[in-house]
Amino acid sequence: MSWAGPEDIYLSTSLASYLDRKLLVLLRDGRKLMGTLRSFDQFANAVLEGACERVIVGEQYCDIPLGLYVIRGENVVLIGELDTEREELPPNMIRVSEAEIKRAQKVEREASELRGTMRKRMEFLDFD
Amino acid sequence: MLFFSYFKDLVGQEVTVELKNDLAIRGTLHSVDQYLNIKLENTRVVDQDKYPHMLSVRNCFIRGSVVRYVQLPPDGVDVDLLHDAARREARGG
Repeated sequence: MSWAGPEDIYLSTSLASYLDRKLLVLLRDGRKLMGTLRSFDQFANAVLEGACERVIVGEQYCDIPLGLYVIRGENVVLIGELDTEREELPPNMIRVSEAEIKRAQKVEREASELRGTMRKRMEFLDFD
Repeated sequence: MLFFSYFKDLVGQEVTVELKNDLAIRGTLHSVDQYLNIKLENTRVVDQDKYPHMLSVRNCFIRGSVVRYVQLPPDGVDVDLLHDAARREARGG
C-alpha cells in the first residue's frame, strides 16, 4: 500500500482506487461497516463518510446509521468494493427495524452462550 | 522480502486466501505489497451462504495481518527456485 503515483494506483495495493467508492469494511470483531472511503493511510486506517453498520441475524438485516467514522487500521480485516450493479444481499433476506434486529441479536447471543455452557457441562463425557 | 517477490510473481493467478476469521476468498491476485496486503479481483467467498454480505463484493483489499493461508495453484510453485532463493537470502545475498 505505497504512495503510488496516479498512473499506477490501479496496479498497486493502494486503497486510492477505492476513494469515493461505496465500500464494505469487515472488522476483526465481525462487524460489517458500509460507507464511502474518503481517506486512508499505509496502516489501512480509514475514514468512512455516511457509515452504517449492517447487522445480519439469520435472514433478517438492518443498516444502523453511524455517521462519519475513522477506523483504526489494525481492526480492518477486509475492504471490499460494493458492486452497485449487483444485489447487495440474497433476495430472501428481509430488512427489519433497528429495535427488531437488536432483539434478534440478543436472542442469538443468548442461544450461543447457552450452547457454550451446555458444552462445558458435557465435557466430561468426552464427546467429539 | 522473499515472499513479497514470490507473491509478486503470482499476480494474475487464481488464489484462495483463508483469513484468521475462517473466511476463505477465492479470486485473481491483483497486487501485493511489502506487508503482504493483498488485493483480489473477481472474488467469490468459498462458503457463500454463511457470508451473505459478501455477495456483491467483486474486488477487495485484504490486510496482510489477518491472512492465515494463501492457497496457490498447483503449478504456481517452483520449489527449486524457492529453495535457491531462501538459501541466497539466508546467506545475505
